[in-house]
Amino acid sequence: MSRTLLKDVAIIGGGLVGSSAALALRRMGFSVALLEKGFCGAQASGVNYGGVRRQGRPPEQIALSQRAHAIWPRLKEIIGIDGEFVSSGHLKLARTEAEMASLESYAARVAELGLDLELIGRSRIRERFAWIAGDVAGASLCPGDGHANPRLVSAAFALAARRAGAEVLEHTPVSHVEKVPEGFHLSAGSGTEVRARFVINSAGAWAGTFAEAFGEPVPLRRIYPSMIVTEPLSVFMNVNIGAEGGGIYARQVERGNCIVGGMRGKPAADLDFSRPTGSGAVTIMNRAAALFPALRNAYAIRFWSGTEGEMADRNPVIGFSRTTPNLIHAFGFSGAGFQIAPAVGEVLAELVRDGESRTPIEAFAIDRFARMDQGSPVGSVPEPLKRETSK
Amino acid sequence: MSDALRPLIVGAGPAGIRAAQTLVDAGLRPIVVDEAASGGGQIYRQRLVPDNRTPRDLYGSEAGKATALHGTFARIRDRIEYLPHSLVWNVGDKAADVAAGGRTRRLDFSHLILATGATDRILPFRGWTTPGVFTLGGAQIALKSQGCAIGEQVVFLGSGPLLYLVAWQYVKAGARVAAVLDTAPFSAKLHLLRGLPSQPGVVLRGLRYAAELMARGVPVRFGVEPDRIEGETRVEGIVWRERSEKHRLACDAVGYGFALRSETQLADLAGCRFVFDGRDRAWRPERDIAGRTSVSGVYIAGDGAGIAGADAAELAGERAGLALLEDTGVTVDRARIVVLERRLAAINRFRDILEAAFPFPGGWADRVDDDVLLCRCEEISIGQARAAMREQGVHELNRLKALTRVGMGRCQGRMCACAAAEILAAARGQPLEAVGRMRTQPPIKPLPLEIAADGETA
Repeated sequence: MSRTLLKDVAIIGGGLVGSSAALALRRMGFSVALLEKGFCGAQASGVNYGGVRRQGRPPEQIALSQRAHAIWPRLKEIIGIDGEFVSSGHLKLARTEAEMASLESYAARVAELGLDLELIGRSRIRERFAWIAGDVAGASLCPGDGHANPRLVSAAFALAARRAGAEVLEHTPVSHVEKVPEGFHLSAGSGTEVRARFVINSAGAWAGTFAEAFGEPVPLRRIYPSMIVTEPLSVFMNVNIGAEGGGIYARQVERGNCIVGGMRGKPAADLDFSRPTGSGAVTIMNRAAALFPALRNAYAIRFWSGTEGEMADRNPVIGFSRTTPNLIHAFGFSGAGFQIAPAVGEVLAELVRDGESRTPIEAFAIDRFARMDQGSPVGSVPEPLKRETSK
Repeated sequence: MSDALRPLIVGAGPAGIRAAQTLVDAGLRPIVVDEAASGGGQIYRQRLVPDNRTPRDLYGSEAGKATALHGTFARIRDRIEYLPHSLVWNVGDKAADVAAGGRTRRLDFSHLILATGATDRILPFRGWTTPGVFTLGGAQIALKSQGCAIGEQVVFLGSGPLLYLVAWQYVKAGARVAAVLDTAPFSAKLHLLRGLPSQPGVVLRGLRYAAELMARGVPVRFGVEPDRIEGETRVEGIVWRERSEKHRLACDAVGYGFALRSETQLADLAGCRFVFDGRDRAWRPERDIAGRTSVSGVYIAGDGAGIAGADAAELAGERAGLALLEDTGVTVDRARIVVLERRLAAINRFRDILEAAFPFPGGWADRVDDDVLLCRCEEISIGQARAAMREQGVHELNRLKALTRVGMGRCQGRMCACAAAEILAAARGQPLEAVGRMRTQPPIKPLPLEIAADGETA
C-alpha cells in the first residue's frame, strides 16, 4: 500500500514524548503524523518503573518537571484515564551519614524551586515508616511526587492523540528522512511517504540515528533498566521509595503488587528488546526483602526490562536542531523521562507554534556536547560514539 | 566421547527419562532437572507416600509402561545427575538458572533437551473458579499422588481423551462419578473407527473406558454446552445445555479441561523460533521430527513440543537423545531411528483422528458472557478484555496483556493465554495465529524474594 500524507508535523517515535506532543499539537490545530516502528508506548515509555518524581532531578530540569507536576493530576481530563497516578510522595533514603549529607545539600540547592522537600532524621523515619527495616540514616520526602502505571499512561496518550485527529501509524518504521525546500520528506514502512513542515525526533533509544543523519551525532547509549514485580500483597508501602546513590527503588500499586528496580538488564537477541539478567533480578529481590520485612515471604512473579536512551551527562536533548531548520529533537531521557514527558510534549508543541517555549530548555540543547569539545568541528562528540543501529 | 559434553534435560516424564537413558547408553552423564519429587512426569506420576495401591490401580492399562519407565529411571539413577524438586526458572545462552530449597544456582550446559510436558487447556465458563473445580490433570494428580478424590460426587467435563481416562480412574478407585459431560457430539467419536487399523490398542482402550463407565451407571452425556457451576464457597452443582435444553446436576466437585496445552516458556527463553500449530490451536517451538529446534544444541521432546501423548513422548525423548548424539558426531543406530520416526509419524497421523473425535468446543469464544472471569490471577473479566479490543483497537496478545493485565499474574498466562487468544481472535474476526503469542518473561514460575544465589546466574 503506497500513500503520501501531507502534515504540518511528522513525529518519529510513539513513546510518551511523541504521543503527548502529538496530542498537544492537535489541540493547537496542527495536523500530525505520529510514526511508530512498533506499538506506541511499548518501549521505555511503557515498561519503565513508573516513578512520577521531581525529587533528585538536577536543578535545570525542575521547571520542566514542575510543569509536568501540574499535568499528572489532570490525566483523566486530558487522556481519559487517571493512569493509576497516585500522589503518594517520594521518599529518598540515605543509608549512610554521607548520603544524608548529600540529600541535605540537594535540598539546599533546590530550596527555591518549590519541591517542598522535608528532611527526616533517623528516629523519625522509624516512627513514620516502620515498614522500612535496617539502619537508615535518614531520608528526604517530596510530598507531591508519586507513581503511575506506564503501560496505561503511554498507550492512553497515543490513543488520545488519535482521537484528537492525529494520524497514528504503528508498525511504521521511518527508514529515511531528508530536508527538502518546503520542509521534510519521510519514507516509512508499508510504502508510507510523509511530507511535513516540521519533524520531531522523539525516537528514544533509536533517536541517535536520526540526529546523526542531520549532522548532529550525540553521545547516546542504550541502557536496560530492569524490574521485578511481586504477587499482590497487603498494602504497606505508602510512598514511592528511592535511595540516594541508587541500588533500589520500589513502589506498591493499589492492587498490592510491589514493583522493585535498581539493576540493569541486557539486550535480547532482537536488539530492539532487552531482558533482565537472572543475577540482577535476584539481587533486586534480595535487596527488597532486606529493606522491607513485609516482603520476606513474598514471591516475585515476573521480571522485565526495557530499552532506554541515556546521554553522557544524563540530561535529555530537547530543542531545535542546530543544523536543520524546523527539526526538533526530544530524546535521551536517561531513565528519568516518565514524569516530565507530558510537559515535554507541550513544550515541543510550543516550539512548533511559537518557535520558543515558555519553559526554559536551554540546558538541553543538542550542541552542548560539541561546545564542550572546543576546537573540534560542530557535530563531533567528546567521546567515541558507539554506533548502535536499530535494525 | 568428549567429557566436556554436559547435556541438561528439563523434565523427568516419559520424554525426559527416555532421552536421559539414550544419552546414558552412549556414555554421557546428563543432568536431569525435574519439579516433581520423583520421576514419571504427570502421566506416570508416583505416589507421594507409599500405600497399598498396585501399579495396576494407579495406571490401569498403562501399568506396564509406567513400571518400565520407573524401572529405567531407577537403573540410570547413578549415571545421571538428578535434581528433583528443582525448577528451571530461566534459560540463557548455554546456561540455566535452577531453584531448589530456597537457593538458586546456574547450571552450564552444552546441550539442552526440553521435556517440559503440558497442562490442561482451560476455557472459562461461569463459576470456573469456585472452590471444588479442578482441571482434569489436577483431579488425576490428587488421585495418583495422594490417593484423594477431589469430591464425593464428581462431575467430569470437557473434551479430550483425558476426560474418559480420569473418570474411569476415579470409578476404579471407588469414587462416585456423578456424570461425564462431553462437549463434543457423540457423532464425533465415530472418527475413532478410522483409527482402529493403525492404533487399535488406543481406540479399544478408550472405548473400554466409556463402556465401563456406562456399565457402572455413570451418565455420559454428549454435545454438552457448560452453562455454570453453582455454589458460592463450594461447588454445589453444575448446569449445562444439550440441544438448548437446560440440565442441572448436584455435585461437590468438577474436573474439567479441553485437551492439553504445551509448556513452552523455556523454549521461548532459549530463543527457539515458534510456529503456529493449527491442530493444537497454539504456537509451539519449531522442530524437526528428531526434536531439533531452531537453536543449535537445543532439542525438544514430548507434549512440550506439541501435543502427542505419552507413547509419542517416550519415542520423541529417545529420538531427541539420538539427535543430540548424531549432532556431536556419535555413530547412532540408523535402523532404530527409522523405527522411531515411523512410529512417531503414525502417532502424528492418529492425532488428527483424535482431534476430530475430541474436538475443541467451537463457538465458545462467541458465546461466553462478558462477566465471566478470564484471568483469575489478575481478576480480569472477558468483558474487560473485549472492551479493550473494542475501545483501544487491541489486536495482539501482548498488547492485550499490557493494557488489561490478562496474563500478568502468578501464572504468567500459562492458564489464561489460550482462552485470551481465542477471545481476541473471535472478537476481531481474525484467525487465531494472527493474534500472536505471549512473550515469556522469567521466572517461569514464582520465585521467593529471599532466594539465595550461589554464584552467578544465567
